[in-house]
Amino acid sequence: MTELLLSAKELVKRFGGLAAVNQVSIDLYRGQIHAVIGPNGAGKSTLTNLLSGDLPLTSGQITLNGKDISKANPEQISKMGLGRSYQKTNVFLPFTVWDNVRLAAQSRESRKAWNPVHWFQNTRDSSRKTASNEAAKAAIALCKLESQTHTIASNMSHGEQRQLEIAMTLATQPQVLLLDEPLAGMGVAEAERMIELLHELKKDHAILLVEHDMDAVFALADRLTVMVNGQVIASDTPINIRSDAAVQAAYLGEDVTEGADHV
Amino acid sequence: MSAPKSNLEILPRSVQVGLVFGLIALLAFPFVGSQFYMDMVTRMMIMAIFAMSLDLLQGVTGLVSLGHAAYFGLAGYALAFLTPQNEAVSLWWTLPVSVLASALAAFIIGIFVVRTHGIYFIMVTMAFAQMVFYLFFDNKALGGSDGLYINFKPSTAIAGMTLFDLDNKTTFYYFTLAFVIVVYLFLRRLLWSPFGRALAGIRVNEHRMRAVGFATFSYKLTAFTLAGGLAGLAGYLWGAQSGYINPELMGFHMSAHAIMMIILGGMGNFAGAVVGAFTFEYVLHAFKDLPTIELAGRSIHLGKHWQLWMGSFIVLVVLFAPRGLLGLFSLKSRRNIAANSTKASND
Repeated sequence: MTELLLSAKELVKRFGGLAAVNQVSIDLYRGQIHAVIGPNGAGKSTLTNLLSGDLPLTSGQITLNGKDISKANPEQISKMGLGRSYQKTNVFLPFTVWDNVRLAAQSRESRKAWNPVHWFQNTRDSSRKTASNEAAKAAIALCKLESQTHTIASNMSHGEQRQLEIAMTLATQPQVLLLDEPLAGMGVAEAERMIELLHELKKDHAILLVEHDMDAVFALADRLTVMVNGQVIASDTPINIRSDAAVQAAYLGEDVTEGADHV
Repeated sequence: MSAPKSNLEILPRSVQVGLVFGLIALLAFPFVGSQFYMDMVTRMMIMAIFAMSLDLLQGVTGLVSLGHAAYFGLAGYALAFLTPQNEAVSLWWTLPVSVLASALAAFIIGIFVVRTHGIYFIMVTMAFAQMVFYLFFDNKALGGSDGLYINFKPSTAIAGMTLFDLDNKTTFYYFTLAFVIVVYLFLRRLLWSPFGRALAGIRVNEHRMRAVGFATFSYKLTAFTLAGGLAGLAGYLWGAQSGYINPELMGFHMSAHAIMMIILGGMGNFAGAVVGAFTFEYVLHAFKDLPTIELAGRSIHLGKHWQLWMGSFIVLVVLFAPRGLLGLFSLKSRRNIAANSTKASND
């Protein structure tokens, strides 16, 4: 069996009377892409937000690398090896690609940047051999953004911004990746590049993929969890899910065509 | 895609050249200016340091403080308390002690205020500053509403040898100018350091900063403390130059003036704060000097209503130069950046 990196047990998140996530359990293994699908409002993004610490749990337990992170805040969880991207692109728009990715990498430096020792370093000099610079360069190369290093993020296309967001996440050297609709709004060529990148990342990460593009999901996922109204109605291999009658009825049939619209 | 508000962190060549000419003008001024105007320019430079210190919070980190004058005033009071009635006190230990007093106050108040966001941050910083204001205003032992006199300028003597004489207005002018240059260069360096980038990241998107693993509280607290200390440096110089200190210097108006200076010049690059401070003080002076006119049989003293003219002036600048006076220079360079990146993405 491959290595279990993240394990969530019976997660519940209530907003008032509404259980947006209800008794959801999910395990993420290194080398696997675990896709979560479901109609809008099924609780996929809420689940992602629970795992990353952006939302506090109502009940349940999450362990990352064997450590309990149920009550940890986003920055602690990030430090413990979980990286995420957002459904709505979430990068530092006025910054260049280099500034975005280098800043993300900087969060891993053991000596904090508010330590006066750092006050006279120049971050614009990318040739300096610091851990942050090296990590940033590697992440930019992996996401094939080298030619855009000095482009300001707000001047990039939507697809490129999504790539940038993944590069920022990778710069923090996570083991677990939570990707919330990385393909949303992408053109065909951009989506193909992203799928290629996800294949590459799968090798040494555990990936949770929330995605509406069903072609991509079935091409990429090793495991599929189907959510409807905050609950898991099925969790299995893609082949078994395709033939699952309950899933067909609840969701998949109609959304396969809807998903195709995205491409 | 709507362009986000960027802060002109990289200064266009035209601005850099302008700053060099400005520096040359400041260096040459004592040779041509009268004592009165030298005093006035010294005060402008002190305000420039104060504005730069606030810019670290407001322009770089995105924390709009309405109570920054408290830290300005505290260091001035520290100097007043440390200076005996009938002799001068040494600069060499009173300056660091006064600056540290302001920084310490900022650190303690910062622990409470940097937890808050947006409008709450503005209100809480103001509330703390008002508390400090009334502590001094209502307390006779602390000088009360009249404030305190500083009868002697700090002495620079080391082992009986005076290095330079701050009683000399020209010397004090260059002493202050040296601090303007050092603080500017320090903050510009800081802006591009890992710490400065983290502060800018907090301004742009604090949520994202936390998601990539930054404990943003300690960064904001450090910035708040540092800004308080630098405001203290300005307050110390103010006290030393003017020879008195009163609670008004810690008041709401003083904090608001600093905010206006930064908005006037352009936020987040420190050069704007300097330009804004000089412009604000100069325009203030000009408006106060407006003549009395006769209108419909009544005489109206225009200078008395300087706040009205100043308000209109700020409104006009905000309308026509939303990124401050320095922002006007950046239009061309921004187009260049856009053109280059379009070219790059087409390649």
